[in-house]
Amino acid sequence: MTMVGPHSRVPVAKTYKIYIDGKFPRTESGRYFPLKDVDDQVVANLCRSSRKDFRNAVVSARKAFPNWSSASAYLRGQILYRIAEMLEGRRDQFISELVLQGLSKRRARKEVEASIDRLIYFAGWSDKYQQVFSAVNPVNSSHFNFSVLEPTGVVSILAPTGSGLLGLISNIAPVIVGGNTSVILASESMPLCSVSFAEVLHASDVPAGVVNILTGFREELTEQFATHMDVNAIIFSDDDGGVAKTIESLAANNIKRVIPRNAIDWSSEKNQNPYLIRDTQETKTTWHPIGN
Amino acid sequence: MTSESSKLAFNDGWQYSPAPESTDHIVIDEQYGLFIDNEFVEPAEGQYFDTINPATEEFLASVALATDADVSRAVKAARKAKNGAWSKMKPADRGKYIYRIARILQERAREFSVIESLDGGKPIRESRDIDIPLSAAHFFYYAGWADKLDYAFPGRTSKPLGVVGQVIPWNFPLLMAAWKIAPALACGNTVVLKPAETTPLTAMKLAEVIRDAELPPGVVNFVTGAGDTGASIVNHPDVDKIAFTGSTEVGRIIQQSIAGTGKRYTLELGGKAANIIFADAAIDQAVEGIVNGIFFNQGHVCCAGSRLLVQESVADEVVSKLKDRMETLIVGDPLDKNTDIGAINSASQLQTIQSYLKIGEEEGAEMHQSSCVLPERGYWCRPTIFTGVSQSNRVVQEEIFGPVLAIQTFRTPEEGLEKANNTPYGLSGGVWTDKGSKIFQITKKVRAGVIWANTFNKFDPTSPFGGYKESGIGSEGGLHGLNAYVELVK
Repeated sequence: MTMVGPHSRVPVAKTYKIYIDGKFPRTESGRYFPLKDVDDQVVANLCRSSRKDFRNAVVSARKAFPNWSSASAYLRGQILYRIAEMLEGRRDQFISELVLQGLSKRRARKEVEASIDRLIYFAGWSDKYQQVFSAVNPVNSSHFNFSVLEPTGVVSILAPTGSGLLGLISNIAPVIVGGNTSVILASESMPLCSVSFAEVLHASDVPAGVVNILTGFREELTEQFATHMDVNAIIFSDDDGGVAKTIESLAANNIKRVIPRNAIDWSSEKNQNPYLIRDTQETKTTWHPIGN
Repeated sequence: MTSESSKLAFNDGWQYSPAPESTDHIVIDEQYGLFIDNEFVEPAEGQYFDTINPATEEFLASVALATDADVSRAVKAARKAKNGAWSKMKPADRGKYIYRIARILQERAREFSVIESLDGGKPIRESRDIDIPLSAAHFFYYAGWADKLDYAFPGRTSKPLGVVGQVIPWNFPLLMAAWKIAPALACGNTVVLKPAETTPLTAMKLAEVIRDAELPPGVVNFVTGAGDTGASIVNHPDVDKIAFTGSTEVGRIIQQSIAGTGKRYTLELGGKAANIIFADAAIDQAVEGIVNGIFFNQGHVCCAGSRLLVQESVADEVVSKLKDRMETLIVGDPLDKNTDIGAINSASQLQTIQSYLKIGEEEGAEMHQSSCVLPERGYWCRPTIFTGVSQSNRVVQEEIFGPVLAIQTFRTPEEGLEKANNTPYGLSGGVWTDKGSKIFQITKKVRAGVIWANTFNKFDPTSPFGGYKESGIGSEGGLHGLNAYVELVK
């Protein structure tokens, strides 16, 4: 914490909490872990979330799924756009947090701006990905046959370690714009922005439970993220060779969709595309007779 | 069940209290210039014309009359913007400007609604719930396409056409401007648009929005005037594409006059949609659909369900219920929130409608109108139906563009389809039946661009809209609407 002189104001430090069901509780476990800056000074104490926190978050995500998945594409787009607006208004805060976590001011600014633009990018897809990926199928019988995408359900996300804000947003946005709900484990080494981003979500008409954000240790929580029976898909990053195999085999218990997103440079616009949305979508085909 | 027993007697025994929308927050300038390069400028020849409130015949504002010199000036501004800032910008940034337009329209929605109703005569309920929110939604939808065009044209690369000349009608003034401008900008074009001469005001307000959104000067320009101004845009040599919504008669002239010039064009023209009611339809819902189909926006709708084709076995019931329902429609002050049917847009349109009422009776049809009391000033037409018409009657074949419905019957689906398709038009249609398989059977065989099944007059930015046959060329709206504003290269 910064020392202050006799004539300056003592700043009020922020408590970083987790985000479950539209509320900001501390971890039920009461545990914490300190985040230190390059000079080994404690920047903040973060919640070391437990398996129970994760289970609570999944309950909330499942509860939010029916309404969020049936919200109109237009509404979901409006809400993602609103998130971008709120983030734009708080860009200085996010730049400072990224700088605290070791980024240069210039890189921090670029990351925040790219994050805002990425939200706009996916907001725009809300009412378009269906038009790109769905189809009317010319079956060889007297039927009207069409296939549409539907969200897979609750998605657990192990956010990329190296990109505290942009990596987080690049993984959340395509999941929720497609009508899924989510539980995210933030970057362990760069967790600050995830909590502040939860505050942005909270101010953006995102319904409670659509996004739940935990901080904590990946090693401790990965198994739970991959095995929970009410999670439909898992997205993970930072595979070191062994993680993928572990997650894939654990995920088989309820046939989770496993989506690896390794070594992706999230700062490149080339890595934003609607296939990231399709990754967490199912295909539903309907047959309807044609006749008198 | 007789019709008498099911009749809803809304008008008996009690009255609706007036529920006027307030106008004290509205600012309309005394005079509007042309909007070129993000500024309101004087027309070259200094001429202006008045726009009035069709419900009161009172003056609202005077608006510049653009001549050839003004159109040239606007095209030059659009060309400069096309070659400059607008082309050099990242597509995602282009999108951000269009999002700004959407957002400001949402913020100013009530003001736009009131002005739309004042200038055009449509009920405030419709401008407030349909015209203005849909306009904002169109900008929102197409803003998102600006940086995603590669996904709309798989395997091809698209590029903008250049300067687009757009001429729009008076029935949905702001909405038609949104339909035209939003996709044009998303694809990277610049625009010279002429609003209709009787309804220029929301375009002038949209000009303010475009200026406040800080679009680069020249990207969107408005030139006001009548047919001569439109012709000047259509015939301008430096315009790359014409997008027109209006009558088939004018569409034909446009297609002829740009023949051989290489200009692209899309035409959204007239219609004479059939609303086909089968005996197995939910009759009460169908009656609501018929009412919405023909009386929405005073029937000033190119896709209006202006023909009713009802299966013979339920014809008496449907017509009787329809007459009852017509009696309950409130015709009057467009700014009253209870009003169902507002003012006819202009004196000349009222004259056109009245001439068709005369023609219908002379052709031997039986005319029935609601008994509502009409205001003394302004332009009004009672909701009207014609029964006993035949397929060759002019009220069956020609677009009236007013609250006038021609009713025919049919026995078999084939006969219904035969009658439905037997006009030169092919814009829209409606099918009412509780049987899903029949819906698809019939919609497949109706030769029209938009078919509503068990609903009518639904619009959405994601949904393409356009006509077959003499109802036009090309689609607007949705992914397909992008086609009209790009050239595919490579």
